[in-house]
Amino acid sequence: MTDYTSLNSTERMEFIRRSLNRRHASEKRLRFYGVAAICFALGFLVVLLTTVVTNGYTALQQTEVAVELAIPVEELLDENGDIDMKKSADFNWNGLVKKAFRGYFPEVKGMMDKRMLGDLISANAGFELREELEKIGRIDTPDRLYWIKASDDVDMLMKGRMDRTIPENQRRLNDRQIAWVDDLVANENLRLVFNRAFFTKADSREPESAGILGAVVGSALALIVTVVLALPLAVMAAIYLEYFAKPGRLTDFIEVNVNNLAAVPSIVFGLLGLAVFLGFFGMPRSAPLVGGMVLALMTLPTIIIATRASIRAVPPSIRDAALGVGASPMQAAIDHVLPLAAPGILTGTIIGLAQALGETAPLIMIGMVAFIVDVPTSVTSPATALPVQIFIWSDSAERAFYERSSLAIVCLLMFLIIMNLAAVILRRKLQKKW
Amino acid sequence: MRFANLVAGVAISVAVVGAAQARDQISIVGSSTVYPFATIVAEKFGQSSGFKTPVIESTGSGGGMKLFCAGVGLEHPDVTNASRAMKSKEAKLCESNGVEFQEFIVGNDGLAFANSNKADMFQISIAHIAAALAAELPGGGISNISNVSANKLKTWDQVDAFVAMRGGDKVGLPKQPISIMVPPPTSGTRDATGSLFMKAGFKKLGISGKGYKKLREDGLAIEMGENDSLIVEKLAADPSMFGIFGYSFFDQNRDKVQASMVDGVELNFDNIASYAYPGARPLFFYVKKQHVGVVPGLKEFVSEFISEKAMSMDGYLFPAGLVPLSDSDFAAQKTALGNL
Repeated sequence: MTDYTSLNSTERMEFIRRSLNRRHASEKRLRFYGVAAICFALGFLVVLLTTVVTNGYTALQQTEVAVELAIPVEELLDENGDIDMKKSADFNWNGLVKKAFRGYFPEVKGMMDKRMLGDLISANAGFELREELEKIGRIDTPDRLYWIKASDDVDMLMKGRMDRTIPENQRRLNDRQIAWVDDLVANENLRLVFNRAFFTKADSREPESAGILGAVVGSALALIVTVVLALPLAVMAAIYLEYFAKPGRLTDFIEVNVNNLAAVPSIVFGLLGLAVFLGFFGMPRSAPLVGGMVLALMTLPTIIIATRASIRAVPPSIRDAALGVGASPMQAAIDHVLPLAAPGILTGTIIGLAQALGETAPLIMIGMVAFIVDVPTSVTSPATALPVQIFIWSDSAERAFYERSSLAIVCLLMFLIIMNLAAVILRRKLQKKW
Repeated sequence: MRFANLVAGVAISVAVVGAAQARDQISIVGSSTVYPFATIVAEKFGQSSGFKTPVIESTGSGGGMKLFCAGVGLEHPDVTNASRAMKSKEAKLCESNGVEFQEFIVGNDGLAFANSNKADMFQISIAHIAAALAAELPGGGISNISNVSANKLKTWDQVDAFVAMRGGDKVGLPKQPISIMVPPPTSGTRDATGSLFMKAGFKKLGISGKGYKKLREDGLAIEMGENDSLIVEKLAADPSMFGIFGYSFFDQNRDKVQASMVDGVELNFDNIASYAYPGARPLFFYVKKQHVGVVPGLKEFVSEFISEKAMSMDGYLFPAGLVPLSDSDFAAQKTALGNL
């Protein structure tokens, strides 16, 4: 390196110019790296979102078949003309639907062929018809056209997710079955409609009747438990640590632990829940109550940290003034500091909850990763959660579950976006400038 | 003060709920291979019987046994599914916790040794599979000495040469790196791989001892989670890989994967039913006897499962890939139903 002091003035200017160029170049490089990193991250995000959306959007539609049903009312109604539940339970609904469907192809004879034909309509078609009619309670027009669900294989074929060109033995539907489907399409007896079941039903083994409602309700119940438990506990802990705890070894120790807890892998909380809530307290397996409690433990540190930060952001003069006019420390904290810290606390809570909403690992340990057909009605009835439902479907062999899990991912992402958006808006709206 | 009251209220209600829990739903845990069949039966049962639909968790056979044998009482599951028979260790655990159980066989399954159907189909023997997966082989698999050392076989043609060296048939495998996805240790499919492929393969190779129990850990055998869909996806993406999973997954994904012929036998329905296929195995479930009559609908659920309309050739489990039992085996399950 040349000694700067030994240079004359022109040399000095030259030296500075050269070093300036070098520094400018390195700054440009840094900026370029930054932009490249953002582009890279955005690229991944775009790829992820497009894959999920292109895989999932077809699940918004469901294939249905028109069948001309002649419901034998005398076998189903009681003397008042209402559906007799007992008679309905014994009635062969599936047989009725299958027989009506086979009416399209009277030339099909023989056990195996009839089976192949029966595979084209949903195995749940009869049950769903029964459910629908029992809900109404009456059968006003026994002979009419009903639209029933097609099987998931037909659904996949209609949506172009089954390749017709590959050898017959590699396909779920053989050539004859495809010919039948084409025949139905040609006669306009097959249609694609909005997939209502996806939003109004819980899990099912038949992809065409599986929905996310059960999982959404399960997630909501668990999150309610989480908020009710975590928010007050965290706020009180934060206020105590901030205003009342005597500085010392113990307080330091607690502080370090709270910060560490925020970084503990979530599966550990699941193990804790299994050992303490299920093992020691004997609480029910698969219940959103336990799920919520585990998630509350997980979000507790996040909310404590957020609350402490927002309490600290409230100017000390507010508290001093309150204390000065004679408020007790508790009154100063609860009545004066807390309302001003509320936006920050809410933001922290919502972000903590969004994190909890996307959690699967701790729920595995407490049995919330399960096949559950009924929509949960209370915090103790068995339930799954939305990310768990995605996990279960993505593990299912049927191809139709693949698109459904993608659509469920889109729904989960939407919930997360809404929650984060709410956090941003709340912060903007309620924040005070000092 | 409101916060304090709220917290106290929640704490009390939580304690009350925890103490006063009753279960009116059957709780089932266990094998991920039996899971698809059990869920189908559960849904049909919920639709037709008037009882609530059972709740089913897929925990793997080993995990299910642990939960099932933990004790008697409503906090423990009523049924566990297994893709292998209960081990004597597990039976002892059940016994020590006072659990009395009844075993049922639901049907047959076959272990698929599959790869992407974009690649060539393999025709191999169980000796090849065992040699490719073992942690240790005599002479490391490359020299003809009897001292056991770490498996040094890296490609399929080396496996072929080793099998030939041990007196087996050379089948002409390509010079392609070994890469096999295997189920995790909690899985019954893993146990079945151990007994049907590894143990039998070692016998064919003329290797004695318990060496078959350990799979290689040098990255050529890749341990997967309890997620067979993921294995199928990976196979489709990488034609040089192989995977081991149950027949129903193979059956649903024929457009993506093909099963290798093992010992000259094709993996199909008939060869599983006749047990001509070396990877054929029965699937089980175990019912806690003490819970019959306590948990509503338990006996009715088992009767729904062990019935012609579920398990037979014309049953609704057949399209899902369950290979029905022989008539005599089915009759034996019907008799076992009387023991509940």
